[in-house]
Amino acid sequence: MIRERYQAGDGYLYRLDARVKVVLTLLLIVGVMLTPERAWPAYPLLWALLGSLAVISRLSAWRLTRLGGLALPFTLAAAALPFTMPGHPLIALAGLTVSDTGLARFLSILLKSWLAVQAALLLALTTPFTDLLWALASLHLPETLIAIIGFMYRYLYTLSDEAQRLLRARASRSARLPDQRAGGGLIWRARSAGGMVGSLFLRSYERSERVYAAMLSRGYAGRIRSLDPLPLTGKALLDGALPICVLILIESAALLWWAK
Amino acid sequence: MLIPVLAMHIPDGFLSLPVAAVGWLLLIILIGIALRQTRRQLGERQIPLMGILAAFVFAAQMINFPVAGGTSGHLLGALLIAVLLGPWATVLVMTCVIGVQGLLFQDGGLTALGFNVVNMGIISGFVGYAVYTLVRRGMGRTFRGQWIGAALGAWLGVVIASAACALELAASGTSPLSIAFPAMVGVHALIGVGEALITVAALTFIRRTRPDLLGTTATVAAKGWGWIAAGLLIALAITFASPLADRNPDGLDRVATDHGFVSLEQAPPYKLLPNYTVPFIPEAGVTTIAAGIIGVLVVAGAGYGVARVAGRKADDPAKLPASEG
Repeated sequence: MIRERYQAGDGYLYRLDARVKVVLTLLLIVGVMLTPERAWPAYPLLWALLGSLAVISRLSAWRLTRLGGLALPFTLAAAALPFTMPGHPLIALAGLTVSDTGLARFLSILLKSWLAVQAALLLALTTPFTDLLWALASLHLPETLIAIIGFMYRYLYTLSDEAQRLLRARASRSARLPDQRAGGGLIWRARSAGGMVGSLFLRSYERSERVYAAMLSRGYAGRIRSLDPLPLTGKALLDGALPICVLILIESAALLWWAK
Repeated sequence: MLIPVLAMHIPDGFLSLPVAAVGWLLLIILIGIALRQTRRQLGERQIPLMGILAAFVFAAQMINFPVAGGTSGHLLGALLIAVLLGPWATVLVMTCVIGVQGLLFQDGGLTALGFNVVNMGIISGFVGYAVYTLVRRGMGRTFRGQWIGAALGAWLGVVIASAACALELAASGTSPLSIAFPAMVGVHALIGVGEALITVAALTFIRRTRPDLLGTTATVAAKGWGWIAAGLLIALAITFASPLADRNPDGLDRVATDHGFVSLEQAPPYKLLPNYTVPFIPEAGVTTIAAGIIGVLVVAGAGYGVARVAGRKADDPAKLPASEG
């Protein structure tokens, strides 16, 4: 099952103009990435900034902290760093030496990934998808892409339900006796999964033909019509400016003093 | 638990900002071209089609199949879409899929989005499509040509994309290339087999049920020399660039020195290319480059060769369905 992260709520980020929120999120992530590797005081401050944004939006800061670990399995990609980067040896671990530079780089990657996921989550948790799409459109993402994403979102749940039904059908046909292996070899299993994918494709394709016919009959002429974007108010900009100022303060301190 | 590691969705923090910026730049340029191309070729009726097929790719990735030892594989889908809609539409579809995965489900980062789309959508789609088109040209328009091409294309597309991913991680200083490259490419050489099997099985199913869907793109594929050249160039460029991009090329050497492995190093029993050096390329890189290039050429060449031989018998224009003519 796919489940959207957005849940209705009320608070600072919920009320913030979606356009401002998208820009704020991107700036937060870029800020996290810009933090120099060894500016250690910056990391707890950034975490506190994200946490307080969560709190004034009446989200649980602890939940955000926990969900931030979503990308941690990927850390494996950087796991070799402490052992391979040249630097002062710190500890010998199972015959391998851990260098200080390598460990610092590894930890900073870990922290940055954890903080960036939290920043991205703040946007996803507080913004309904239609608002997000509208914000991206008024930030001048190409019209065609917006239209495709709009259709994609509209049919995402329909098609993932179809996929779930296919999976349930396969599971119910794959009963296994206690002492026997079920199903054939790898090729056989791949063929059945591929058949399911093919079947899902045809259902999607034929659905798109029906959708297009329905759109034509309602007067579609090559453009998706939407309401004009609301004007960006000074208040929305001001609301967004505060966290950005804090971010700039943290980052300048990190770049000027802590980056040694 | 294993799947998010093995999948190529790079989270934020793992690519340095300059590398991430290059990815975004590439993505913006390619989307610009793709928008022009699809507008010319497909027209407005393709918008609901591309949108729903983007949702399809998303849903199809839920269909897993058990491989071995508790791991399971699923489709990545770039080649399947490229075969059915053409490569430029694939750029748009995969951009939307990976963009929504990042925005809504934090599957892959936002600064890393540029390279995530470039790797999983564009490189794997283009390289795969090149191999697919090459084999199809060799075999005429038989179904055997289609599935051999799709299998080789799906496999090489996934493998080259994982090589690109390792390259980007190395260029960011996140992982030494000497570790990331073999690990990523090795794992994806297996994942690619799953991709090839599922793609072929899905195409077989579609061919049986709605042969007309494969017929229409066959005409697009017929004039594909440009695609073949472009796709193979991308594949070669990535294998060629691999040893050059490493910021920390002697990572394994340090481990070896720490351990005293260095003294155990022996002279190779024979030298393939004695004292072989190419300007600007560290000597150690040469073998990797050569191996990579040979690998790509062998796959492409073998595909084309098999296709020619097998296609000669079947390449009878009278057998073509009318819709492909």
